[in-house]
Amino acid sequence: MSGAFRAAAGGSVDRSRPLRFRFDGASFTGLAGDTLASALLANGVHLLGRSFKYHRPRGLLAAGAEEPNALVTVRRDQARCTPNLRATQVELYEGLEAHSQNRWPSLAFDIGAINDLLSPLFPAGFYYKTFMWPRRAWKTLYEPFIRAAAGLGRAPSEADPDRYGNRYAHCDVLVVGAGPSGVAAAVAAGAAGARVILCDEQAQFGGSLLSDPDQPPAAWLAASLASLRSNARVTLLPRSTAFGYFPHNLVALNQRLTDHLHDPASVQPRERCWQVRAREVVLATGAIERPLVFPGNDRPGIMLAAAARSFLNRYAVIPGRRVVLITACDEAYRAALELHQAGSAIAMIGDLRARAVGPWAEAARTAGLPVQTQCTLLGTGGRLRVSSVRLARLDAQQRLLGRPQIYACDLVLMSGGFTPSVHLHSQSRGKLAWDETVQSFIPAQAAERTRSAGACRGVFSLAAAIQDGSAAGAAAARDAAARDPAAGNAGFAGRAPEPPIPERDASMAGFSGALPQPQAHTGSKAFVDWQNDVTTRDLALATREGFASIEHIKRYTTTGMATDQGKTSNLNALGFVSQRLDKAIAEVGLTTFRMPYTPVTFGSLAGFARGELFDPVRTTPLHDWALRHGAVFEDVGLWKRARYFPRAGEHMHAAVARECRAVRSACGIFDASTLGKIEVVGPDAVTLMNRLYANAWNNLAIGRCRYGLLLREDGFVLDDGVVARTAEQRLHVTTTTGGAARVLALMEDYLQTEWRQLQVWLTSTTEQWAVIALQGPESRRVLQGLVEDIDLSAAALPHMSVARGRICGVPGLLFRVSFTGELGFEVNVPADFALTVWQAIYQAGAPYGMTSYGTEAMHVLRAEKGYIIIGQETDGTVTADDVGLSWAIGRSKPDFVGKRSLARPALSAVDRKQLVGLLTADPNTVLEEGSQVLPAPGQRAPRLPAPRPIGHVTSSYHSPTLDRSIALALIAGGRARIGQTLSVPTAAGEMPVTVTSAVFYDPQGARLNG
Amino acid sequence: MQRFSALSLLGRALTGHRSWAPQWRRASPQPAYDALIIGGGGHGLGAAFYLASEHRLSRVAVLEKGWIGGGNTGRNTTIIRSNYLFDESAALYDHALKLWEHLSQVLNYNVMLSQRGVMMLAHNLHDVQVIKRHVHANRANGVDNEWLSAEQAQQFCPPLNIADIRYPVLGAALQRRGGTARHDAVAWGYARAADALGVDIIENCEVTGIRRDAHGAVEAVETTRGVIRTPKIGVAAAGHTSVVMKMAGVRLPLESYPLQALVSEPVKPVFPCVVMSNTMHAYISQSDKGELVIGAGTDAYTSYTQRGGLHISAHALEAVCELFPIFRRLRMLRNWGGIVDLTPDRSPIIARTPVPGLYVNCGWGTGGFKATPGSAHVFAWTIARDEPHPINAPFTIERFRDGYLIDEAAAAAVAH
Amino acid sequence: MLLITCPYCGTRPELEFAYGGQAHVARPQDPAAVGAQDWADFLYMRDNTRGVHAERWRHTHGCGRFFNALRDTRSDQFLGIYRVGESAPALPPDAPKEVP
Repeated sequence: MSGAFRAAAGGSVDRSRPLRFRFDGASFTGLAGDTLASALLANGVHLLGRSFKYHRPRGLLAAGAEEPNALVTVRRDQARCTPNLRATQVELYEGLEAHSQNRWPSLAFDIGAINDLLSPLFPAGFYYKTFMWPRRAWKTLYEPFIRAAAGLGRAPSEADPDRYGNRYAHCDVLVVGAGPSGVAAAVAAGAAGARVILCDEQAQFGGSLLSDPDQPPAAWLAASLASLRSNARVTLLPRSTAFGYFPHNLVALNQRLTDHLHDPASVQPRERCWQVRAREVVLATGAIERPLVFPGNDRPGIMLAAAARSFLNRYAVIPGRRVVLITACDEAYRAALELHQAGSAIAMIGDLRARAVGPWAEAARTAGLPVQTQCTLLGTGGRLRVSSVRLARLDAQQRLLGRPQIYACDLVLMSGGFTPSVHLHSQSRGKLAWDETVQSFIPAQAAERTRSAGACRGVFSLAAAIQDGSAAGAAAARDAAARDPAAGNAGFAGRAPEPPIPERDASMAGFSGALPQPQAHTGSKAFVDWQNDVTTRDLALATREGFASIEHIKRYTTTGMATDQGKTSNLNALGFVSQRLDKAIAEVGLTTFRMPYTPVTFGSLAGFARGELFDPVRTTPLHDWALRHGAVFEDVGLWKRARYFPRAGEHMHAAVARECRAVRSACGIFDASTLGKIEVVGPDAVTLMNRLYANAWNNLAIGRCRYGLLLREDGFVLDDGVVARTAEQRLHVTTTTGGAARVLALMEDYLQTEWRQLQVWLTSTTEQWAVIALQGPESRRVLQGLVEDIDLSAAALPHMSVARGRICGVPGLLFRVSFTGELGFEVNVPADFALTVWQAIYQAGAPYGMTSYGTEAMHVLRAEKGYIIIGQETDGTVTADDVGLSWAIGRSKPDFVGKRSLARPALSAVDRKQLVGLLTADPNTVLEEGSQVLPAPGQRAPRLPAPRPIGHVTSSYHSPTLDRSIALALIAGGRARIGQTLSVPTAAGEMPVTVTSAVFYDPQGARLNG
Repeated sequence: MQRFSALSLLGRALTGHRSWAPQWRRASPQPAYDALIIGGGGHGLGAAFYLASEHRLSRVAVLEKGWIGGGNTGRNTTIIRSNYLFDESAALYDHALKLWEHLSQVLNYNVMLSQRGVMMLAHNLHDVQVIKRHVHANRANGVDNEWLSAEQAQQFCPPLNIADIRYPVLGAALQRRGGTARHDAVAWGYARAADALGVDIIENCEVTGIRRDAHGAVEAVETTRGVIRTPKIGVAAAGHTSVVMKMAGVRLPLESYPLQALVSEPVKPVFPCVVMSNTMHAYISQSDKGELVIGAGTDAYTSYTQRGGLHISAHALEAVCELFPIFRRLRMLRNWGGIVDLTPDRSPIIARTPVPGLYVNCGWGTGGFKATPGSAHVFAWTIARDEPHPINAPFTIERFRDGYLIDEAAAAAVAH
Repeated sequence: MLLITCPYCGTRPELEFAYGGQAHVARPQDPAAVGAQDWADFLYMRDNTRGVHAERWRHTHGCGRFFNALRDTRSDQFLGIYRVGESAPALPPDAPKEVP
């Protein structure tokens, strides 16, 4: 048994496959092919949710993506728990567990419904007018009260374990929507040989035909789908919602892969985000029926006529036994006819129109169904389900014609005509035009290579929609084939206007706004936006308070801002407001359609980018060695760098001190492979360097190195590194780890666009060279036995020189450079040999006390020497002179990047901050980096409420070498303050500091030249 | 002006709320004004309000080409904070924050300032240095900001994932006075209060030209609703500033980029504060309605289309899903784009221009909302007195020539 | 994500490219001779056109070369592509007009 309200026959549900499911703890049985909504209706459950603001009991308004009321949480487990799903879109599976939302303690009895009684206090925008006194109560009382009422479902409490996929696709013709016109378009485009993608949000293709009991259309659909399936150039994507239309014909689809499965395989992605680049797009997105706005129009059991047809014809569910239909169009009569045939009683058909014209109205009268014209609906009765309606007839002056009649019923169907789904057309920036007949906006001039077909442009009748789709599909295939692929990006501007809409008969007329009410009639609430509880009173209040733009009205009342984004409410709101303001609808304006068409899972957009794959991890060839030797790593950009190598039981402080002492007293080995390396080659290599870098390069001899300083064109320090001349026309330029890509891009920019006559070629060699730094007084002795063809003596290979040779048998470059102030070398070998060479050196050094050190020790060692780190001592507002590097500026050069800017007043102001050293009065206090530096207490400007800082600490460490704390700082006029006492606020109070030179150790540099 | 209060709400409830008056008049342009503001966003409306309320200019109008608050005022993620690095910025943004704290009462319009705390995450040692420098600098400037360990950060914001993540959280700076406000209410509140002081709010009025007299000073604007004479024009047109200033022959160092934001479907309260991560490129809060409000980045190229690429929003969601993996199943409800005008140093310009009588307030980039009251306040001062308020004195156009940049971007690399 | 045609490689998605800002902002030949305001203009002043914008792109993750494009910043539609050193192509006759 799959429910007492299941029709004996019909529908496309599989009666041989009953499925058990639970809703709010109660067990039910449905059928394969059901949605949660249809299965609940089959079991007579009409109360499915509570509204957002007033907690009104709500049932199903619709049967598809536009449903505003029946939002549920579907729960597989604690983590896989999805709130705010529409019951009309949840496909039933065995064991499905769903819960209603926004109610306490239960759906049938919800305390929050008190809001409904208090609703006179809560008109639109009430919160702007109150909760302001007393001021402090806002934070402690009012805001918590408002916030507590927020939200619909609950976010899961555990991390989502499901996977999400991502796919890029190209095609000639993308057809969005597999209703009659979309299927026809795909068939026509496919027949023309185009590569076609056809997608639809539903599990089954067919759109409105799935809810059509007639046989000929069903047969046409089956044949068409068979032909599409047999065409290898056609890709069919069911359960795939085209949710966004982006520039240059990029359409994004959200494909749901496992939510309908009882027990999905854990490896299968739950959803996949497709980004489809189509040469041509056909939008066949259909139309959504418009509800009618009348007092009490929100009770469970009041639904759209087309929804009832879906439930009956597609799911074989009888949504009600005694039916009242109120309609503004002919199409809705079909619902009454079909329900009548299924055995339900039709209590009354109320037609808004003066004359009930149209083939289906005719058929209804022939079938003997009661019909009244000039009808309106005054109110409804019932608590958790509608039980009666009050109908009346009005003349054109809204005077009652006769007495209102009350009809008992358990189902009220309504139809205000159909609203074309122009969302994607509008998202693509196509224009819209108001169509008086269908009382809707329809697509006008396109802005991309796109065309609309069928109901989404107001072509409603089945035959015409199929023909329209077919023509659009054929035209799209033709245009796609004719497009010159080389035109590429230049070809996406809009096309000629759409072909004219075939003539429509007046039976497709629609209605927007609120149903007319007798004069001076004050009924109960008439809802425009069901989910957000926006009523005609709210809209009226907004217009009364002077809001005249539809955007303002939307924001003030929140109409159209619920999770259905106004699919059923926007046009009625517009209609109502235009009436109130006495302006044409087109003048009131339409709110912008924005992606997504329906909500899209965050995870699906994030795709694979999680955990390790969030960003690529860059490791050096020596990473595994460091890992094996217990290194603790730090993230530097994408890189993982070894920060220190703790021994068993050793904390960072002890490890770093040990590593530093080893370098100062013996020998340390450091992986510097992340340094950026750029090979600058060609007859004009030196010229390029002269123009780019601040230093002069002409006299750099082959085999010699020089510290290079690169400024931005605005004069501030950008990057630095050692530059070596390895041949007459070849420079080996190193950059900071983080600056490698930036520096290369800058070089390419100048070379390609400013100095195009220079003959220079640039190659990034960052990943090709591994760099092993060997630093310390013993480093030469360690290397001695490992090097061929290179004389390591101070005379042959002095500080800042480079030699080519074999190191541990591997051809490479040996730099005599130091970032520690000690005698030091940097071994450059091809990355593949890095580990071999590293291990050989490490082993050879063992007798001398060889110690691997990480970035932390490197930072301490360089700080003891006053060497700056770009990004730590500099921050984009620092000049070379600020950090004591004016010696590196080639002042005699006529020009280099940034030189002109150095002449700007601010860059040579006297009070600029300058790099100095700071020594704390207490040698054990290590200042926090970023600490502010104040004048000494006696030196402060009087009358200021607080002393103004004159600088800040850029680097601060415990120096193992000096056995005390040291700090580098940028201080206003700092170099003139050497010897002064200043003060640094710390957590423990102000700490006096003495300003010193930035070089704390070996100021003469004697150790470098060892 | 009808007073807003719980009592007035209650009283009018008894009569079906039929006696509420328009919040501001639908004014038509008069032939002449003492001062005109071009741009009906928060900054422009606020400037008009302060011109009328503090500088006693009786004839002021705000010209808005569409509907007020429809630009970046109505499109941003409503984050408010003042923990900027440089003294100049901290002074400006803290001036704004202090005005925020009383704005509902001053305007008699609840702007729903929610001081839930703004937390900025550090994901690497460089972040730690930069953020701690902010904390110290802010405290020296009297701006509240405190350092939290990763565990404290998680305590403050329980959904935060600090460890099992590509870039683990190493700590955070927290400004407790920071938070969010209701963006529309700011525009409407200023409009209503300004209107009550006689300011004309003129919507659907696009400026098409700026007329200058023989001495080069402004004398009138041409609009789609006629010519309006005025000796003073304040331009607060955000992304369209370049277009408007061009009408007066003034070029500014601005570029307009698309910036996107998005919200989730509403869920029950789950997120107690504002979290920003510059390294992972995301910022997020939860609105009074329950929607998660998420800021994405700018596209790479300049554009006036008010929309950006999907990959930009997707990237923000990648970060959100990493930092808050319980949100991975939530769904994006609505995405939108704005046009942000960026200066080279990412700090605003609030200044006189080379054209006498023409003043400009622009270059707020991605962070203008938080400054609204402060910006409006000092802009009004500048217009009224033809000289900058001490707080906006450094935010000149000339700073780019002379090099006195206020380079928050370079110094901090922290997004707004 | 825009679709951009590299004049050397063909049409590729935007992710392969780096935006290079306004085109034809030439670095002065002799910066030392340039006045303060002109230098500031070179550094910072850009047209920020609302309409057809000549701009630079670099096919960073492709051939690595810079080229120029004309793009309408009101629609993001490209109206022409040309190489460094070439002058901008004539706009197609149906190209949207400049706004005031």
